[in-house]
Amino acid sequence: MLPLVLEEVRFVAGGRVIIDSLSMEIDAGPRTVILGPNGAGKSVLMRLCHGLLTPTAGRITWRGTRNGRRPRQQAMVFQRPVMLRRSALANVTYGLELAGVSRRERELRAQDVIEAVGLSHVAGKPARVLSGGEQQKLALARAWALGPEVLFLDEPTANLDPGATRDLETIVGQIHASGTKIVMTTHNLGQARRLGDEILFIDGGRLVERAPVDRFFADPATAEAAAFIRGELPWT
Amino acid sequence: MDGISAAFGEAARLVAAADPALVAIVALSLKVSVAAVAAAALIGLPLGAIVGITRFPGRHFVVVTLNALMGLPPVVVGLVVYLLLSRAGPLGPLGLLFTPAAMVAAQTVLVTPILAALSRQVLEDAWHEHGEQLRSLGAGTGDSVLTLLWDTRFALVTIVLAGFGRAAAEVGAVMIVGGNIDGVTRVMTTAIALETSKGDLPLALGLGIILVTLVLAINAAAQLIRTAALRRYG
Amino acid sequence: MDLRRRIAAATFALAALALSPYALAQKFITVASTTSTEQSGLFKHLLPVFEKKSGIQVRVVAVGTGQALDLARRGDADVVFVHARSAEEKFLSEGHGVKRLPVMYNDFVLIGPKSDPAKIAGSKDILDALKKIRDRGAPFVSRGDRSGTHIAELDLWKAAGIDIAKDKGPWYRDTGQGMGPALNTASSMGAYLLADRGTWLAFRNRGDLAILVEGDKRLFNQYGVMLVNPEKHASVKRAEGQAFVDWLVSPEGQKTIADYKINGEQLFYPNANQPGA
Repeated sequence: MLPLVLEEVRFVAGGRVIIDSLSMEIDAGPRTVILGPNGAGKSVLMRLCHGLLTPTAGRITWRGTRNGRRPRQQAMVFQRPVMLRRSALANVTYGLELAGVSRRERELRAQDVIEAVGLSHVAGKPARVLSGGEQQKLALARAWALGPEVLFLDEPTANLDPGATRDLETIVGQIHASGTKIVMTTHNLGQARRLGDEILFIDGGRLVERAPVDRFFADPATAEAAAFIRGELPWT
Repeated sequence: MDGISAAFGEAARLVAAADPALVAIVALSLKVSVAAVAAAALIGLPLGAIVGITRFPGRHFVVVTLNALMGLPPVVVGLVVYLLLSRAGPLGPLGLLFTPAAMVAAQTVLVTPILAALSRQVLEDAWHEHGEQLRSLGAGTGDSVLTLLWDTRFALVTIVLAGFGRAAAEVGAVMIVGGNIDGVTRVMTTAIALETSKGDLPLALGLGIILVTLVLAINAAAQLIRTAALRRYG
Repeated sequence: MDLRRRIAAATFALAALALSPYALAQKFITVASTTSTEQSGLFKHLLPVFEKKSGIQVRVVAVGTGQALDLARRGDADVVFVHARSAEEKFLSEGHGVKRLPVMYNDFVLIGPKSDPAKIAGSKDILDALKKIRDRGAPFVSRGDRSGTHIAELDLWKAAGIDIAKDKGPWYRDTGQGMGPALNTASSMGAYLLADRGTWLAFRNRGDLAILVEGDKRLFNQYGVMLVNPEKHASVKRAEGQAFVDWLVSPEGQKTIADYKINGEQLFYPNANQPGA
């Protein structure tokens, strides 16, 4: 279904331009990290790509599908995990049920991913009483179970402690290794380095710079990116 | 005149005697109000959910209307249902006037907007929290309605009980469409009205105490369940 | 685990609950009658006797005479059993009733506070008493609800030569309530009012009220019964309704009425055989 192509995409909300004539192409393969200062439009861009928001102008096309429309084989994990009032396992099977997976198959797949993210011991517990880190792992498991071609992650570790962040990064690595394209936003430069293959640097709703991760950090091509790296580094 | 203490004495005496006529009245009250609230839940909760999680032109007007209808005067509802069910009315051939079914119908009309308006608020909040995630997972409106109705079930129980309280406590509607017929459509509230008319204030108040106690007990039980469930499910 | 199945189960349970109080299919008739007959306790005494004999359940909807006749006009009752002759005759002339039969009478009494500001206690002349109440401006509670008692009260004011619509001042309280609530009102404000004796005898919250005027012939209160016209209202249960009407005026029905007593006092006097009553 990839590549995903954005052409002159604009998004305006409440009279404010959030994404401004942005064009880019996201290809299969490398882990793509969207970087940028707060308010740059990262999360909105992610939601536009995932199809939760509709662009005010411009076109978003999935080139790899027959009609270019939004395919189902994609998933998204949000900054704050949102769990239904049912068991951890049932939260995973719920996504599979919506995807039309048969009952027996859902149970098996859910067990597998829950084990893979290390939550087997709490699979039967109500999801909403799990810790923040466990809930975010569960959110990853829910997404992973769907076997998506693309997984969008919006600041997935922003609310987590270092230990949980490390676990999560490992899981994201495993998901990528299983053949899923990763697109993620972060404002944590260390994480961008650890998890990214390529960087999309966004500022003021525009794509300012796109580069492989090493070159981006070593030798940013634009003054904005350079300033951003300088400004953020001390807190990494 | 220590009317209040006399009333409590009367209430205690009524309960102790377990008079079959009283038991029948209490049973009918519960049956009618439970049935009405069940019917209202079938209509009102999905309606509230749909209005809560969808956006459509005129939605604001619908929300305002639902909120306003929460204050429907029971007498007006009773009158409208009476005119519908009367032999001379459009539903006259059903022969439902002055039966418990007519009382259920009137209370359903009374309670449905309450359930719809209150569940609308709950579902709107739930949609605010879950909406993006559900859409991301590919849930359509129908899926979302069912999912969130189930997910907010503990909050909805409280709402349904509020509706039950309203149904069990109203007298204006059931008096008109039920006719307060002895042994057929006499419920607690109409019995209270009748005893008040007869000037037997202690008996009337005694019945009132029983009614309030019942509603209180049901609410307390539900509240306990809800608290326990929330602790368990978060 | 399946959400749909759970929701379906919940829906089914709710639907079952909603449908549980269905109307019982039993032989019954609906009688539109007045609060005075209901609240005096007469029906509780009368109906079991008839139901046992006939197997027909009698469901009494007790409202004011005016409303009772209106119910019947809409076809919502099979029999009307009320006490306002002029209104009943109008009902008949409109073709809603088959035939009016006199059943029984009781009487109205003028109730008032024992302090009796209008000084009418013990009088046998109701018209004179009303005039004194008006002249004195003593508080008077009127039903004001088009009931039989209200109509009787209006007729008495008229007979006393008082145009109450024009003459009423702040002393005349038009409450728009049933007999019981009107008695409660009068009891709490120490007012005069006209009540039927049956409701008065069964009434418990008397406070300072007592009977001040009684026994005047003009206070007699005649009850009549009519089958609602099946030609006009197809839903009327002609046979069962007629059975009830016939029983009320039969010797057995008349005797049952005469037998009803509160504290040894007879409330209603059967007079089905009295022509023109």
